Amino acid sequence: MLDILVSLGQGFTVVFEPLNFGLIILGCTLGLFIGAMPGLGSVNGVAILLPLTFLVPPTGAIIFLAAIYYGAMYGGAISSIMLGIPGASTAVATTFDGRPLAKQGMADKALIGAAVASFVGGSISVLLFTFFAPPLAHVALVFGAPEEFALMMLAFATFVGLGGDDIFKTLFSICIGLVLSAVGFDIISGEPRLVLWDITGFLHGVNFLVLAIGIYGIGEMLWTVEEHALGGGKSMLSSATVTVQRTLVALKEILVTWKATVMGSFLGYFVGILPAAGATPGSLMAYGIAKQISRDPDKFGKGALEGVCAPEAANNAASTGSMLPMLTLGIPGSPTTAILLGGMVIWGLEPGPRLFVDHSEFVWGLIASLYAANLFAVLINIAFIPVFIKVLKTPFTILAPIIFTLCLIGGYAPTEDMHDVWLMLVFGIVGYLMRKLDYPLAPAVLAIVLGPLAEPAMRQSLIISDGEFSIFFTRTYAGPIMVAALILLFLPLFKLVFNMIRKPGVAEQ
Amino acid sequence: MTVRTAELLMAIVMGAFSIYLMVKSTELPIGWIKGSGPGGGTWPFWLSTIMLICCGGILFNWFRKHGAIATSTKVYIQQHVLVDVAAVAGSLVVTVALFSFIGVYGALPLFLVFYLRFMGKHTWRLTAILAVAIPVVTFYFFEITLKIILPKGITEPLFYPLYKLLM
Repeated sequence: MLDILVSLGQGFTVVFEPLNFGLIILGCTLGLFIGAMPGLGSVNGVAILLPLTFLVPPTGAIIFLAAIYYGAMYGGAISSIMLGIPGASTAVATTFDGRPLAKQGMADKALIGAAVASFVGGSISVLLFTFFAPPLAHVALVFGAPEEFALMMLAFATFVGLGGDDIFKTLFSICIGLVLSAVGFDIISGEPRLVLWDITGFLHGVNFLVLAIGIYGIGEMLWTVEEHALGGGKSMLSSATVTVQRTLVALKEILVTWKATVMGSFLGYFVGILPAAGATPGSLMAYGIAKQISRDPDKFGKGALEGVCAPEAANNAASTGSMLPMLTLGIPGSPTTAILLGGMVIWGLEPGPRLFVDHSEFVWGLIASLYAANLFAVLINIAFIPVFIKVLKTPFTILAPIIFTLCLIGGYAPTEDMHDVWLMLVFGIVGYLMRKLDYPLAPAVLAIVLGPLAEPAMRQSLIISDGEFSIFFTRTYAGPIMVAALILLFLPLFKLVFNMIRKPGVAEQ
Repeated sequence: MTVRTAELLMAIVMGAFSIYLMVKSTELPIGWIKGSGPGGGTWPFWLSTIMLICCGGILFNWFRKHGAIATSTKVYIQQHVLVDVAAVAGSLVVTVALFSFIGVYGALPLFLVFYLRFMGKHTWRLTAILAVAIPVVTFYFFEITLKIILPKGITEPLFYPLYKLLM
């Protein structure tokens, strides 16, 4: 306990270095803008802006990106409330009651409620994170290659078992991400591998950022172009009057919703830890439960403040939750943390439990920065509500070319090879076409990041066991993790059989 | 083209890509090599095999008309949406192609003028400001601060005096 507090104190000394401190404020502000823009969320912001972090040391870089992640979670609520269009998928549930409140002329109450709830969600989850992470990392220190591989299987299995998308498409997405990560050279024999169509550009592999910017930059923007062409984004912008007096009145009402906010915080945190779940389902679940435990459930959907606070607390808590497996086990808890994990590899850090031992300054600097980012995000959010509302008026046709420019240059920057820019365009266009057919793409991004870790883990395990797959089931930690992974993997099949037995014909529906 | 037809085409294309990846993986050993474990092609080979099986599963669902996508008779991409998306995607392809010929600082302003003026219908004044400002900021940030030299094509000699002055 004391160790944790000492380490956290050291983390704060990292945070208060002028550069890092400035990066937190910049990250929070940028994140708030990105989150507030309809269609753009934390994952897009982190993917598109990651190449910019090559400028600063790894600790500053991750602090900056984590601040964007946090800021975007706050910002998502702004367009949900003001436009009725979620700023990011994580803020979908916020529209349910946030929009009715805005229509009733209480946009300020909804906006402040969302900010305060986000702060509570962020604070509770950061506290949980601080005290959960070190023991988990300590346990994980004994993990060897079989355990690492089992953990990665568990991460992938959550997408199949809990993701809710078509199982074949989910599995396809995972496998294509893993295969793309195998392009380049065989790590053990050193021979060229999967040099597709003998194009030499594939010799240096497929950088995860090329896929991430392709999907979350180019693909996402094409998706938004389509929504605009279909007439989306033309919703009426509500007006909000923010005065000190109105804010104080709003705060009093917000205090009454503490039960929903605290529930959302805990729920969001634990749902956020699961790779396939994360902030979006976390906030939707929090909304559902808040409605059930409310004294006045009929008000939900018509402008209940609890309906804004619970999901907003949950999505912020989930964003912290998703960092727990990333930092302690080297397994990302969300697509955004997958990109952060990929960033760590670029910065020369090896993800996994040894991070806490070998790079404690980095880890504790990040944890302490979450406290600071949470505080700054709420302050910037409330202080600049009118500015963010103005941002929503920026035409998409001005933002789009700026984002496209960032994508094109960002795709070139990591390897300085035009081949990667072409590849990114292909991923963007194909990703857009696949998304239209409900192929989930987040698993592919997670897989391309984990692929270079998963393959050696599997091969080393099999070398240890002389080719026996039983090694994944007979070890103390690997066994239960692998069994859990298999259960999740076959969960859809169990459900199908169960439905067929219980009610013949239901499974076909 | 309906969503259902697009689903079929995508599954076929991805199935073919999976077979290509399987074949490509066999360029390295896919079996067990005594003393050094699984061959270099094993991991991608079996993953591509799973990809192929998944495409088979998607096709199976398509034939038995199972699921919302496989039964949807909606248009995959509506005509007017296709025009917009193709214009944006096409302009990006042209821009990237031009990177190698007239360089980033020749291609980017053209792309920005096209997008802002012709797609966004913004005024010439705003278009001109952004078409100049964005490449200038890009130059300062990436080339001067990050030291990442962007492709310049035939415009490269024009930058020599600038580099001398700023770097």
